[in-house]
Amino acid sequence: MAGNDKASAACAPEQGRLAIEARGLVKRFDGVTAVDGVDLSVPEGAVYGILGPNGAGKTTTLRMLLGIIDPDTGYRRILGAERPQDVAHAVGYLPEERGLYPAMKATEAIAFLGALRGLPLHEGRRRARELLEQHGLGYAADRQIRQLSKGMAQQVQILGTLVHKPRLVIFDEPFSGLDALNQGKLERMMRALAAEGTTVIFSTHVIAHAERLCDEVAIIAGGRVPFAGPVDVARDRIPAQVRLETRAAEGPWRAALPADARREGNIWLFPLPDTGIEPLLRALIEGEAGILSLSIERAGLHDAFVAIAGEAAARALAEETPEEIR
Amino acid sequence: MKEARRPTGRLSIAAAALVIARRDFTAILFSRTFFFFLLGPLFPVLVAALAGSLGERVQQTAEEPKLGVVMQAEDADAMVRARDRLARDVGDLLPGLVVLKRLEPGETSDPRAAIGAGRANIAAILSGSPARPVLTGPRDQIEKWRSPVALVAAEAVAVRERPLPEIGLSTTVTSNAREREVRLRTAQGAQTLLFLLTMMLAGMVLSNLVEEKGNKIIEVLAAAVPMDSVFFGKLFAMLGISFVGIAAWGAVGAGIWYAAAPALPDIPEPAVGWPMLFALGAIYFAMAYLLLGSVFLAIGSMAATVREVQTLSMPVTMMQLLVFFFASFAMTQPGSLLELSAALFPFSSPFTMLARAAREPTLLPHLLAFVWQSAWVILLVRLGAGLFRKRAMKAGPSGVKSGGRLRSLVRRAS
Repeated sequence: MAGNDKASAACAPEQGRLAIEARGLVKRFDGVTAVDGVDLSVPEGAVYGILGPNGAGKTTTLRMLLGIIDPDTGYRRILGAERPQDVAHAVGYLPEERGLYPAMKATEAIAFLGALRGLPLHEGRRRARELLEQHGLGYAADRQIRQLSKGMAQQVQILGTLVHKPRLVIFDEPFSGLDALNQGKLERMMRALAAEGTTVIFSTHVIAHAERLCDEVAIIAGGRVPFAGPVDVARDRIPAQVRLETRAAEGPWRAALPADARREGNIWLFPLPDTGIEPLLRALIEGEAGILSLSIERAGLHDAFVAIAGEAAARALAEETPEEIR
Repeated sequence: MKEARRPTGRLSIAAAALVIARRDFTAILFSRTFFFFLLGPLFPVLVAALAGSLGERVQQTAEEPKLGVVMQAEDADAMVRARDRLARDVGDLLPGLVVLKRLEPGETSDPRAAIGAGRANIAAILSGSPARPVLTGPRDQIEKWRSPVALVAAEAVAVRERPLPEIGLSTTVTSNAREREVRLRTAQGAQTLLFLLTMMLAGMVLSNLVEEKGNKIIEVLAAAVPMDSVFFGKLFAMLGISFVGIAAWGAVGAGIWYAAAPALPDIPEPAVGWPMLFALGAIYFAMAYLLLGSVFLAIGSMAATVREVQTLSMPVTMMQLLVFFFASFAMTQPGSLLELSAALFPFSSPFTMLARAAREPTLLPHLLAFVWQSAWVILLVRLGAGLFRKRAMKAGPSGVKSGGRLRSLVRRAS
């Protein structure tokens, strides 16, 4: 992931202030534990990803954070409030299952979603037109939702989530159902929101989205969060990989390679030694290995996910991820 | 993004309910649902008119039963003449006479044979003589005609010199007995109307919620505003719609009433007076609907499909029918423990109290009933919203649809 490409580059999270703080959230349904002691700390202004396969507990966690359901045990504080409904006017939410009233016009639908968050209807209508124009949907302002394509209706709902200018936006699987073009648009929108200081939380089972967008992630599997923190810290859980290509196949330099180095033809792969690359480089030169190429590759979020959540969770995640995104 | 342009403060339950209600009200008012709602009362009227017209035709086709006369020629003629004379004064009380056989002097005839051989509409046979008439026929029929025939025979034996005395008529609007009877009927009518309207509306609010779940917007609502306000908003939107409908029907009804006023009979005022009865009718209608609607909403919020809703709402509908019968029965026993129970039981309370308004003039019990029923509405809405949060909002996209034990119950039931 190119770090300079991240939303956080434009707007660093405010030090010490948390948009969301959750401790020990537990939720059971009919004796089955859906969420088992989730802790989250989402800094204000961050783009925060909740990453995990389907059934991991992402949606239940988000619903608890939003106050749609109450945790059986645990504690959550949203924008400083212990009752999520107290800050509903400052929160935007896009559920995984999108839905709007089919007979409503696009403008009215957006204004209605704003009105639910306390925005006066007339102001909501004005902003709705503005937003639709900004996002190239001005021509659909007076069309009924049932007359729009699925993608367009989804965009209308996203605009409805943002019309009241929330301080915190929660998206549940926002990219599902969107084509590549609209996924790109949504990513840009999320970055723009973060750049304005809005905290963006989204759940996803697609690592690539989290890797491109997030400052921090919570990896969730089986209702638990084995890791929550900056993406870089997650990646640092796995040592960087060295990829070495040599002209000579054998020589005294071989003794300098770590014992667990794997060989693929003339290419050697091994974790970066704790001593760093310099001693190894010296040994290769002195041993006349004939270095053709040498690169140090930092672990990706996928590798970090495998290491943190385990092979099974990673396999489930991979099965749910569309081929073109993998 | 300027902070000042953001909404400040959360919406109160009432304000959030208003947002929901406004959306629902507008959406339903301009939908086909409302059109059919307006037409709804026309269907029973149409059915009743058709049934009435058919009944009339059937009655016209059926001939009135007649009394066959088998007597000496002179006696038979005397009886017919006497009947015609009396008919001018007593009219329909007297049976129509058909002379089946004029007997010659000394000739006899078996009336039992005559009844079997006679025309199809001969219900009994009159034989003997005016001085000693004999009726032959089925017991109920001859018992019914016994006195009129005696009157005709007496007239035939001694032809009256004077006409029957003229009776002076002085009408009053009502009498105690009639007032009591009409008030009871008013109460019954009001209860029935209330029941029909309530059932129709509660069904509509249920469909509305199921549609909402189909549109998958319920989670957006649940995240933005308290579920109580979603329930209240939906209930009151439909109530508003019903008042628009009732106003439309009322206007049409008032027009018909006004046009037909001269032909209409005088109806005694209900105990609380017509304006107060209408006002209380509106209040009790609202309460009955809100009570039943809140139960239906709770069901609708947990059911995922129309089939589930139908399966679950059927027992509730049946129960409501029982409640209606309970209230109707309680009405016939004013002042009894039964009536008090019907007034206290929340679901029968509006029906019982409306019936009471037609019979009793005191208003204080209505105020108490209103407070009592309102408390139950709030309680039921809260319970429904709580159940919804607890059981319907389960994890995952399918969780919204799921109703846990409720679903398995439906599966077992259907």
